Amino acid sequence: MDKKVYERPVIIKQYSGLMNKFGGTTDQTPIKDIDGVSVKQLVEDFGSPLFVMSEDKIRANQRKMLRIFKTRYPKVQFAWSYKTNYLDSVCSVFHQEGSWAEVVSEFEYDKARKLGVPGEKIIFNGPEKSSSALIKAIKENAKIHIDHFDELYQIIEITESLNLKANVAIRVNMDVGIYPKWDRFGFNYENGEAEAALRRIVVNDKLNLIGLHTHIGTYIMSAEPYRLAAVKIVELFNKLIDEYDITLEYIDMGGGLPSNNTLKGQYLEADQILPSYEQFADAVTSPLFDTKLSGDKMPLLILESGRALIDDAGYLISEVIGNKRLADGRRAVILNAGVNLLFTSFWFKHKIVPAQDTGGFTENSSVYGPLCMNIDCLREEIVLPALKRKDHVVILNTGAYSVTQWMQFITMRPKVVMIMQDKTVELIRDSENLEYITSPEKLPEKLKEFSL
Amino acid sequence: MRKYKISSNLAISENGFLFYPLTGESFTVNQMGVQILNLLKKEEKPEQIISAIIDEYDTDHATAERDLGEFLTQLKNYKLVNEL
Repeated sequence: MDKKVYERPVIIKQYSGLMNKFGGTTDQTPIKDIDGVSVKQLVEDFGSPLFVMSEDKIRANQRKMLRIFKTRYPKVQFAWSYKTNYLDSVCSVFHQEGSWAEVVSEFEYDKARKLGVPGEKIIFNGPEKSSSALIKAIKENAKIHIDHFDELYQIIEITESLNLKANVAIRVNMDVGIYPKWDRFGFNYENGEAEAALRRIVVNDKLNLIGLHTHIGTYIMSAEPYRLAAVKIVELFNKLIDEYDITLEYIDMGGGLPSNNTLKGQYLEADQILPSYEQFADAVTSPLFDTKLSGDKMPLLILESGRALIDDAGYLISEVIGNKRLADGRRAVILNAGVNLLFTSFWFKHKIVPAQDTGGFTENSSVYGPLCMNIDCLREEIVLPALKRKDHVVILNTGAYSVTQWMQFITMRPKVVMIMQDKTVELIRDSENLEYITSPEKLPEKLKEFSL
Repeated sequence: MRKYKISSNLAISENGFLFYPLTGESFTVNQMGVQILNLLKKEEKPEQIISAIIDEYDTDHATAERDLGEFLTQLKNYKLVNEL
């Protein structure tokens, strides 16, 4: 005779008081498969923790976003933000979808080139560009977005000494009514630095000014700042036409669009309070029609969206190591994936969903990782059903900044797989091992011997 | 595992609602919790409760023992049982 499904005994004390008009959703529908591939099978084949990327979802996100912007503005080009997720397979999916590369370091630049992205389709951003990286980028006709005056003079020096011509744009920061103001990147609009930089560039015949760039922040929760930013960029764009008779090829409005993750301290779920991508696209594109150009001459709109295109295409499967009861009576669940793998859990309330059927009885729980560090907490409070050791959970929206900001700390970083559109599963990054971790280390001869 | 005696005034409904008239407190328990409370009412010892669970449910002795131990600790903290 088949035995009944076991669920550990749970008791919850009831507290009387006013009802919460917002209520809390306790949807505990398990996620047993990802893109039609069983979570159980993925764990059996690749172990846990395991990052899973969905090729189908990445392509769908990219196509949807492109459609949203292209139906509002005729010339749109996306550039994949490498720092958001620079696994070769992920970047290649974006490049197959037509995205250029947006890089912020020599390492990322080399990665894009190694994948086969031509230099002229690489946007080189960031405050730190080494001379070797700049020489490479200039020679390969990359689009270099200058961050500060010292960098501008560094580029002038290189182009003069090597007799090269560089394709450049400047990054412009501005007050668009949001906090924090990202004025540490680029030249400020309001204090006249941006114009001063442009004046310095246009008189130099070794610099080919081709665009203007801004990037107002990250996880922007309102569309209006984008409209304000576009208005200011268009003013600069038109000024260059009026005063210097220079017509730029493009306006790069950066990224910063939010994903469906909910920030800590945010009461309502992200999908209930964030504007739609269509609203963001309206805000970005409407002011662009005010440039002094029309028809085919209108500038190309470049977008460097990262998080919004990849976050919901990434999943982290983790296993329950144990349960415990904290001093105040709260339930604590310990997983084998912690903040070392999910850096984003420092600011996001990632959804954690069981990967198998559970009883309907839920309890407020804290979710911790495996690290012997007090900071290793994935969720201070989340309603979860009774989970038992060796159960699995799926952590959602983990495609952005997870496999780039993860840390090799205490434990090794795990495998990453991609579920392909044909439902096959490809290993796209192997797990680390002791040899991988220690291979760059050098142990001095005199430290090799010891007796205990 | 020590033996526990359930408070005689504790009212347990079939669907898992508990009311303790001495303090006015109420609790909810899941079906496994109801089953254990009913076995405690019959003054079953922890080992007998564990045997009953593993006979009926798809679990092992260690898991059942561990979960019962934690459940009894909670009951004790809520003052719904007394340690004998």
